[in-house]
Amino acid sequence: MATTKTPSRLVLNGLLNENPIFRLALSMCPAVGISTTVMNGLMLGTAVLFVQVCSSCTIAAIKNYIHPRIRIPTYTLTIATWVTVIDLVLSAYAPEAYKAMGIFIKLIVAFAIITMRLEVFACKNTVAMSFWDGLGMGLGFMFGMVTLGFIRELLGMGTLLGHNVLGFRPLLFFALPLAGFFCVGFMMAIFNYVELVFNRRKKRRG
Amino acid sequence: MARLRRITYLTLGFLLLAYLLVFSGCAGSQNRFIKKTSFRGTHSILITFAGPVDEEWATKASNYRVYEKPDPDIVLKISTIELSTNRQTVILHFEEPLNQNQPHMVTMRGIMTEGKSVGTAIVKVRKLYLGYLFSILIGAMLVQNFVFTKYLGLCVFFGTSQKRSTAVGMGVTFTIVIVASAMMSWFLYQFFLKPFHLDFLQIIVFIGLVSLSVQAVDTILRKVNPMLFKAFGVYLVLVIANCIILAVPLILADNEYNAAESLMLALGAGLGFLIALFLMSSVRERLELANVPPTYRGLPIAFVVAGLFALAFLGFSGMSIF
Repeated sequence: MATTKTPSRLVLNGLLNENPIFRLALSMCPAVGISTTVMNGLMLGTAVLFVQVCSSCTIAAIKNYIHPRIRIPTYTLTIATWVTVIDLVLSAYAPEAYKAMGIFIKLIVAFAIITMRLEVFACKNTVAMSFWDGLGMGLGFMFGMVTLGFIRELLGMGTLLGHNVLGFRPLLFFALPLAGFFCVGFMMAIFNYVELVFNRRKKRRG
Repeated sequence: MARLRRITYLTLGFLLLAYLLVFSGCAGSQNRFIKKTSFRGTHSILITFAGPVDEEWATKASNYRVYEKPDPDIVLKISTIELSTNRQTVILHFEEPLNQNQPHMVTMRGIMTEGKSVGTAIVKVRKLYLGYLFSILIGAMLVQNFVFTKYLGLCVFFGTSQKRSTAVGMGVTFTIVIVASAMMSWFLYQFFLKPFHLDFLQIIVFIGLVSLSVQAVDTILRKVNPMLFKAFGVYLVLVIANCIILAVPLILADNEYNAAESLMLALGAGLGFLIALFLMSSVRERLELANVPPTYRGLPIAFVVAGLFALAFLGFSGMSIF
């Protein structure tokens, strides 16, 4: 693993192997709560991407000055600072989307995925590496949110990004906020199935 | 077991404190001539005076000015006024139903009693305060359950709901931590952040406070109850990663709740999380024995079960007790 840390590998790792939502099962709250439309997923994904990349870089840059015993509070405060930045920026420049997101933008602070990446990766690697890792994780989160949003918006409302695609509403149930639970469950099952088939083939070949 | 009981007593102590706060919070400033005000039905307000008032004054609609406390500019229209035979109670009937969740202000200009004026009175009409607080508690616990209807705190929820004992322990610890940290952050917000216009710092301050209180509980638990600490010391760290613990202070700050209301919301959030964890762990213990398709084993089926719970909790929506 240690020898294959190229930027593309890191990004792909975040997107597929360690996808924050479907593989690591972290940061589930927004995945269930507000993945009702593609737009929501894109906006929150962008915000998380920004916070993840910025705080990864910050921690990687100052990692030598942090006392190990207070590292978790330091991570939290770093994340909180960047979340405050994105919170103020979004409320100024995209007030509509900000309203749709509600409390979730502020709650990025408490998303386990960001703290986990800081603890596992950024505090041991260089700024450049952490940047790519953060980018991968952020993109992976965004990918998960957009996929969920795609399924739910298409099936629930028959629209995509607000444009009417199907012309009818196949399953209104998916537009309900609580359908997120079922959606995430089904997606995880699909990921599990792919892994199962993959492993079976590998075994047969071996 | 005895240790667990001690924690239960601690929770009961918090409840007692809540009641004390409620009673101290009841006293309001009112004109001495007005004895009592209350809502009556959906359209009316009842006002009881200390002595008989003059009929000519009492039945004149222009002597009253009624509005909801948050928007004083919108004066509610009075349709009829009813005076009791002993002339001590007045019932104001309104054209539209009143929003009883908001306190209403009633201004009475120059109250006349036995021919002489006792001055103008401004009184507040609101639902029974205890009932109001109770409705906040129940609301946060069931109607607006943070896990099943607001979809917060899911990481920890799925992480700790595998065994019933862990679930209960986690729920109780979480309740204690959230009550402590929510009260602290309420205090800081009301008395430091708001007066100095530092609202934009709220995320940083709240999360800092949460980390501090988690650290405190960690240290105390390590000394007081090593067994319990061993059982979910790992999850104590996860409390910081639980969105609810940050969401509650943010909601408190947004809604400008007072001390008693804040306590109730925090307690309701904690107990609601406990209920959710308990329900979920009971089902998941049974699921271990069930024959689940291999692709669904573990988290996916847990998500589907949580979805069913959320559907059930949808039944609480729109419920109001008082």
